[in-house]
Parts: sequence; C-alpha cells; structure tokens
Amino acid sequence: MTLAHADDGLYLVDLLDRLLAGGVVLTGDVTISLAGVDLVRISLRALISSVSALMEET
Amino acid sequence: MADALVYVYAVSVAELAGTDELSAVPGVDGAPVRVVADGRLTAVVSSVDPGRFGEEALRRNLEDLRWLENAARAHHGVVQAVGRHHPVAPVRLATIYVDDDGVRALLAAHAQRFEAALERVRGRVEWGVKGFAVARHDEEQQEPAPDLGPGAAYLMRKRAAGDRARLHHRLVRDAAEDAHRALTALAVASRRYPPQDPRLTGHRDEMVLNAAYLVEESASRQFRDAVERWDAAEVRLQLTGPWAPYSFAGLEDQ
Repeated sequence: MTLAHADDGLYLVDLLDRLLAGGVVLTGDVTISLAGVDLVRISLRALISSVSALMEET
Repeated sequence: MADALVYVYAVSVAELAGTDELSAVPGVDGAPVRVVADGRLTAVVSSVDPGRFGEEALRRNLEDLRWLENAARAHHGVVQAVGRHHPVAPVRLATIYVDDDGVRALLAAHAQRFEAALERVRGRVEWGVKGFAVARHDEEQQEPAPDLGPGAAYLMRKRAAGDRARLHHRLVRDAAEDAHRALTALAVASRRYPPQDPRLTGHRDEMVLNAAYLVEESASRQFRDAVERWDAAEVRLQLTGPWAPYSFAGLEDQ
C-alpha cells in the first residue's frame, strides 16, 4: 500500500487535508468530539512518523 | 452491540431524509448509513461499536494508518453520495456522539449556521488546485571575468548562482500568486492550505500552491479549462475534484 495513490487515484493526503479540516499540519492536533465535548487530542506527529516509517518500508 | 455510538459524516437538508439514496452506501467499518432528522436539517450517521470508536480505541485507531485510510475513504464515500443531489456540509473525521439525541441537539444548537453553510454551497462544487515549482536547470552565464584571482572569481560565481536561485524563487512565488488570483476570480470563494509535506506525498518538486476553490456548477467547465490550460514557465498546476465542499461548509462566519 502506498500513501500517494489508491485504486481510484484519489490522493489520501488530499482527503486528509479536507477531512481533518484545515490540512495536515506537522504540529497540529485532531480533536475528537464525543457527546459534543472535546475528549481527545491526538498529536499528528505520531501520524507523520508512522507514515514516514511506512514509506521507508515500501 | 452494547450502547452503540453515533458516527456523523455530514449534515444536509431535510429533503435528504425522504430518499433512499444512501441505502447502498457503505459507512465506516462497513456500518450501514442512516439519517437523523431535526427541523430543516438531516444528519447523516452510522451506529458504531464503542469497542472500535470509543475514546481509547479511537485514539489507537487514528494512529493506525490503514485504519485511518479506510475510515477516511468510507467517510468520503458517504459525503460524496450525499453531495451528488443535495447541498452538504461535511463533518470532520471521527466526530462521534453518544446517541441520536446528541446528534439532534447538535443540529438544534447550530441550526442557523448549518442552514447558512448549506445555502453557501448549494449548486456549487469544490475544486482543488496544487501548484508545483518547475524544476530549474541552472545555467551559469559565461561572462567575461574581471581581473580576479581564482578565489575571488569562485566567490563571485557562487554569489551569482545564489542570485539566480533567489530570482527564480521569487518568479515561482509570483507565478503561484498569479495563478491563485486568476482562479479566485473564476470562483465564488477560495481557501489556501499549507503546502503538503513531501514525506507524505512523495512529490519531488516544491509545492508552492495548495488551494481549494468553490465554483458555481455552471462555471466548472470554464474553471477546469483555466487550470488545464494554465501556461507558466515557473509553475505547473494540478487539478483535483470535483469535491463536495469540504473547505467551504464550516460553521464559522465567512
């Protein structure tokens, strides 16, 4: 699996830019709403580093 | 499943609730897609397993790239299906409520702003445009050398090379701004994103423009043509879309 391409040619990064509302920012956070209350903040650093590791494998 | 949570994909208009357009669309983790109606709005949702979408599980899953990709693609599939025939306000990935009452409360609390967002995007489509710096082949000008020693001549060549690079960089930036201005003129609204991390995209050329444009459906052909025919020496443009209006359906006042 590569990050840049999928069967439908849709770049995952373009999708995440939009679905994470405002683009994938290196030091950004994702906030999850549970019952309307901000409950979890996940650092995208973890995502970036897991992605980098994945790309090194392929 | 015990006390399913409610995953929200998007908000749309009341008319959506009366259709079966979403009955065959797969949701996150394969869950069926359904709606929660309130007033003039319809939330598009799936019931999901707290074992996978509760706080702790979600935190782990969002850091698993394969899970994240599957969830993103499913979420996108639902949003695009809604947007095919109705104005749609896509909701951020992994927005989860305890139950349908929570979703109805969300709709009621923000009814006016949701309705304004939906009217803002009605009949309009989003296009994404990325601009990349055209790779430059530096050619050293052979100028008659003044009477310099080799060290000074070397430094002068280095400085000249640096000047050419800086000039090129400025030309690239100007070309990107020209493109953005021209495309904004063809759109109802535009929004810029930071350049994407090349570690994520694998792009070798520098990304100098990453923008979304909200375009009247009737003007889409003209917009696409403008991008595909854009002719600039320093920047090449890449079009993505059409997208549901992810970048323009926010609740903040615009």
